[in-house]
Amino acid sequence: MESSLNFFTGFKFQDLLFLGEAAVRTLLISGISIAAGTVLGVLFGWLLYEGRIFASATLAPVLDVFRSIPLIIQLVLFYNFAPIIGLSLDPFACGTIVLTVYTAALAANVARGGIEAVAIPLRRASRSLGMTYWQDMIYVVAPIGIRAIFPAWVGVALGVMKDSALVSVLGYIELLKASQILITRTQEPFLILAVAGAFYFALSFPVARFADRLEQRWSQ
Amino acid sequence: MIIVKELHKYFKDLHVLRGIDLVVEKGVVLSIVGASGSGKSTLLYCINALESIDSGSITVDGEDVHAKGTDINLLRRKLGMVFQQWNSFPHLTALENVALSPRIVRKLSRAEARDVAARRLEHVGLGDKLNSFPNALSGGQQQRLAIARALAMEPSYMLFDEATSALDPELVGEVLDTMRLLAEEGMTMICVTHEMGFARDVSDRVAYVHDGTIEEIGPPEQIFGEPNSEKTRRFLSKVR
Ligand SMILES: Nc1ncnc2c1ncn2[C@@H]1O[C@H](COP(=O)(O)OP(=O)(O)OP(=O)(O)O)[C@@H](O)[C@H]1O
Ligand SMILES: [Mg+2]
Repeated sequence: MESSLNFFTGFKFQDLLFLGEAAVRTLLISGISIAAGTVLGVLFGWLLYEGRIFASATLAPVLDVFRSIPLIIQLVLFYNFAPIIGLSLDPFACGTIVLTVYTAALAANVARGGIEAVAIPLRRASRSLGMTYWQDMIYVVAPIGIRAIFPAWVGVALGVMKDSALVSVLGYIELLKASQILITRTQEPFLILAVAGAFYFALSFPVARFADRLEQRWSQ
Repeated sequence: MIIVKELHKYFKDLHVLRGIDLVVEKGVVLSIVGASGSGKSTLLYCINALESIDSGSITVDGEDVHAKGTDINLLRRKLGMVFQQWNSFPHLTALENVALSPRIVRKLSRAEARDVAARRLEHVGLGDKLNSFPNALSGGQQQRLAIARALAMEPSYMLFDEATSALDPELVGEVLDTMRLLAEEGMTMICVTHEMGFARDVSDRVAYVHDGTIEEIGPPEQIFGEPNSEKTRRFLSKVR
């Protein structure tokens, strides 16, 4: 009885709103990063595919670095490094930049895989029909490649959304940071983390479902 | 008219085409036969510039295919090509497969492109498959789809690279029949083929390619009846 009493006194309705607001910030920072990172990633993926030797000697190692250093280290390093090179960035801007580059590094390989998924003979066929390089890219390679890598890309996007929790170390009040603040005040870690988890689920579930739907439609 | 002069082509150190001379006049059906690896596909790819050349020249209706100033995308419209793999666009229906290039390359309106596509599919006997996706079509139907797709660009020439080699034996006939139909309608065709029956019955001329050169070229009666070259005779006795 006593614990359920604490339960209601500690965690108020405003706190739920506070978490909801934080969830919107999570959505905002991850949405922007995923969108910008994907655009950059497609560009990098194309360079990796077409640039062959040059790109694999220059771009690929750089992307490898961003993929393999833990995100939390990248965030802290960049946040402390930015002022040194004269950038004054708030946690949101800093987090967005790091997450975007991180997404781009992951998406580049996915995008290259998408181009590679379209067999060379098929591309020769479209060129033989008089299509230009870009017509082939837009009307043949893109639709086939996107279908092939869509599940992998959704995985990257959902991963980045969850990883955006790490931006909390910079003091940006997204879901995880908000939870920590509430836990300190209410001393109700289980409840609050459960609610925060539910918010993460509510953010990613529709995306996953939408992705399933699309895939089903394509596969028929 | 397609004129190939002193054509040489290397893949790195491999001298694949060693001085090919060839003239294909309008209305002619030329079959190219030869052993695997002798350079038959490479020759076709050079004609529509899917491969570069190292020396010599190829002209199509007087236009130099490999010259710097040539608009190759424009020239390729004249040269329909059908490959061994049928290469259907898997994300498009049969009708959309055929309508795509007329719409984006020939810049026809959507409706016109669909009209052209429907007519071409009818032409190759796929009038009842307009809305099927390629994965619902047999290999023979997909290869006829590929023929319709090439025809929709209204080419002056058709290049076939072993169009029936990847097909199950029972599906070869329907594709050969379609090719025969085109030949009867007067289409100028270059057919790389292992189907000796087709080469003998349908073509006006047959070329035997050996090690990157044309060993012998002539009417089918000559090549299959009394070839001048001992190599031709040996090759044909092996494949028959
Ligand atoms: N892109 C390429 N790079 C390197 N070598 C190639 C390439 N394409 C073809 N070759 C080589 O060139 C030679 C001629 O190939 P080609 O495909 O023109 O032969 P083909 O006469 O069409 O044979 P097949 O009957 O097997 O189709 C072969 O030895 C082949 O391995
Ligand atoms: Mg070949």
